[in-house]
Amino acid sequence: MTIDDHHVPSTGGGSESPAGRMREPRSTSRDLERYAGLFASRTRTMRSSAMRDLMAVIARPEVISLAGGLPDTSSFPPETLAAVTSRLASEDSARALQYGPTEGLPETKRCIAEVMAAEGMRADPEDIIVTAGGQQVIDLVTKTLIDPGDVVIAEAPTYPGAVPVFSSYQADVVQIEMDSDGMRIDLLEETLDRLARDGRTPKFIYTVPTFQNPAGVTMSPPRRRRLVEVAHERELLVLEDNPYGLLRYEGTSDSTLRALDGGVFVMYLGTFSKILSPGIRLGWVVAPPPVLEKINLGKQAADLCTSTMSQLLVHFYFEQGDWRDYVDSLTEIYRARRDTMLDALAEWFPREAEWTRPAGGLFIWVTLPDFIDTTDLLARALRDNVAFVPGSAAYFDGRGHNSMRLNFSGSNEDAIREGIRRIGKVVEEQVALYGTLTGGRPAVVPRAAASAPLPEQPESPGGQVVPLPQRASREGRAKRRS
Amino acid sequence: MSRVAVLKGGSSLERQVSLRSGARVEDALERLGHDVVPIDVGADLVTRLEDTAPDVAFVALHGRDGEDGTVQELLAILGLPYTGSGVLACIRCMDKVLTKHLLLDAGIPTPEFFAFNETAFRELGAAKALPAIEERLEWPVVVKPAGQGSALGIKFARSAGDVPAALIAAFSYDDKVMLERYVKGRDLAVSVLDGADGPLALPVVEAVPREEDFYDFEARYEIGRTEFVTPANLPDEVTAEAQRLAVAVYELLGCYGVARVDLMLDDSSGELFVLEANAIPGLTETSLLPQAADAAGIGFDELTGRIVELAFARSASATSA
Repeated sequence: MTIDDHHVPSTGGGSESPAGRMREPRSTSRDLERYAGLFASRTRTMRSSAMRDLMAVIARPEVISLAGGLPDTSSFPPETLAAVTSRLASEDSARALQYGPTEGLPETKRCIAEVMAAEGMRADPEDIIVTAGGQQVIDLVTKTLIDPGDVVIAEAPTYPGAVPVFSSYQADVVQIEMDSDGMRIDLLEETLDRLARDGRTPKFIYTVPTFQNPAGVTMSPPRRRRLVEVAHERELLVLEDNPYGLLRYEGTSDSTLRALDGGVFVMYLGTFSKILSPGIRLGWVVAPPPVLEKINLGKQAADLCTSTMSQLLVHFYFEQGDWRDYVDSLTEIYRARRDTMLDALAEWFPREAEWTRPAGGLFIWVTLPDFIDTTDLLARALRDNVAFVPGSAAYFDGRGHNSMRLNFSGSNEDAIREGIRRIGKVVEEQVALYGTLTGGRPAVVPRAAASAPLPEQPESPGGQVVPLPQRASREGRAKRRS
Repeated sequence: MSRVAVLKGGSSLERQVSLRSGARVEDALERLGHDVVPIDVGADLVTRLEDTAPDVAFVALHGRDGEDGTVQELLAILGLPYTGSGVLACIRCMDKVLTKHLLLDAGIPTPEFFAFNETAFRELGAAKALPAIEERLEWPVVVKPAGQGSALGIKFARSAGDVPAALIAAFSYDDKVMLERYVKGRDLAVSVLDGADGPLALPVVEAVPREEDFYDFEARYEIGRTEFVTPANLPDEVTAEAQRLAVAVYELLGCYGVARVDLMLDDSSGELFVLEANAIPGLTETSLLPQAADAAGIGFDELTGRIVELAFARSASATSA
């Protein structure tokens, strides 16, 4: 795959003057083979996909994109940014323009400690490395721990942006299915036992326990406790990816894995992307010191240090007022958008569809009847100028073909309603057509059967596709159908 | 020196490939000394063409609108010379079902097939005819949308149970689809380029997947996952026959300038079958036409230049006629 998970439409890309970028004609067929011969073997596992080619169409302005994972940066007050950057320039210009320490600036780490405290965690500045977004943490942790063929455990489905990272380090990813309480820890343990019998120990378990991307579900407190126990019992590292924890629209927050573990086996990934801006590319990792030391070396090799400009921007932003105010305003906006999307789904999607009801975060995961392939559905939906992420992007083995991820943070409520209406119409058409093809009402495959591993797949690595249960109300649909 | 508008992008599913083809053509045209006007095709296409007043349009579009005759019709109305095939040939190539009917009529071998449009299922009960078709084609069967140029929407059905879902997928791209006999064998492409002495077949390109997965269409045209052998390592008579068939298809469909004909060499019978013709072959680094031209000693700039000259030549002959 490569889905550009946070794809932003480029501006004027197609029609710029070609002057100044003239190149010699080089790529002959001989050259192609010559390049191919030079590629590292890991590039073979870095898959392109039909989906990537479709990204160019999704980026067109007339398309309602429910595909990205974009926060609504238009709600950030420009005057605040002006004030912060002005202070940054007048008070700390030389340092902002300079290299900084690999692990990050002390001021920024203080901001990070504040954010972590807001989620019930204490972090020692010495245990933090500031990174270029959360994505770099996934990359650095994988780089630090994974040799080709090593096992990484992830959720099924998992964050689509982690797929190319694990693939590029040639990890063997085993995905554990989830239900509405997050990763099935019982299945995790079964899988760990099975792997142990084969003499294999996973290097780490990658999880987004809170408002998971893409499934939108949250790991229950008992499962969190059990996961931490499992990590201790088996001495396994866990990478807790928590970009959305503060974007909660209902209920009360659960302890993070890191808080439960106390920093023994849990590595924690945080980011400013969803609470301030993804454009500043600032994230962080907190990990046990020996691991952190290696991550630091990897970070040095990758980019020496994270943008000092961005780090000081965060510092001055935290100085000028309460950073939580903006998070609160985002929460209001996103809650309304989530509700709009859930209502629209209930109104426009056929009853054969199921979806999750997230209490926070940015995504809803929809599962359609088994006979619908969402990559093809996306091509059809694009004719109606609407886009989503096909579910197979969240798997390593072609599963998830009948699921899709919908984002509700990046579009306004009118666009969400219209987008869902258009997708729903296409799905309904396909369901009806299937009925025609098979004679009579669509024989919707029972969930359990639909999720059984396909016979041609050599081995089912741990998890299977068990769609997450539907919690949407039926009343909304009854209304429309009557 | 001429002013050349390069039409690329658009809203087709092959937008990405088209942008890459277009960018490469722009570079070549500049090196040839032309004044290049890049146009990402959209609602303002006619305005852009009127404002920039090019001498000729280089059509580097793939898929819907660009390759199906729509844009060509518009350029003809505007009286602007354009590269590649005319409206009728584009329509014939874009619709694989139409192509195959024409091939059958002309006695050119093409795998057995059955085509349906959505109305046949919705209103004429065509589903009842599926078992009869399945009996005649043998498994696996390839299910394709009639009008999609890339690998998107092409599915293998290994048994009757796979057919409905494969049809749904194909109908996502077009309201006409076909079930085609699967030819297991070697994947060949022959590009045809017009010359002084009429259409000339370029060396045969074979796409050899590095991984033995015949069902993975996506892998086919990706560097590193598919090896392109040009000229294909074939017996002389097979090469000659593939080239002869390609030129015959080119002429039958009324193509102009350049086109690419895709064939299969059946492993079991040794027969060649024509799958389809592409009126606007890709011009990216991994595309087959540039590789074939290169193997024939025609570099990318020369190829681009020749395609533009042919556009002027057609326009001139149309005016003098």
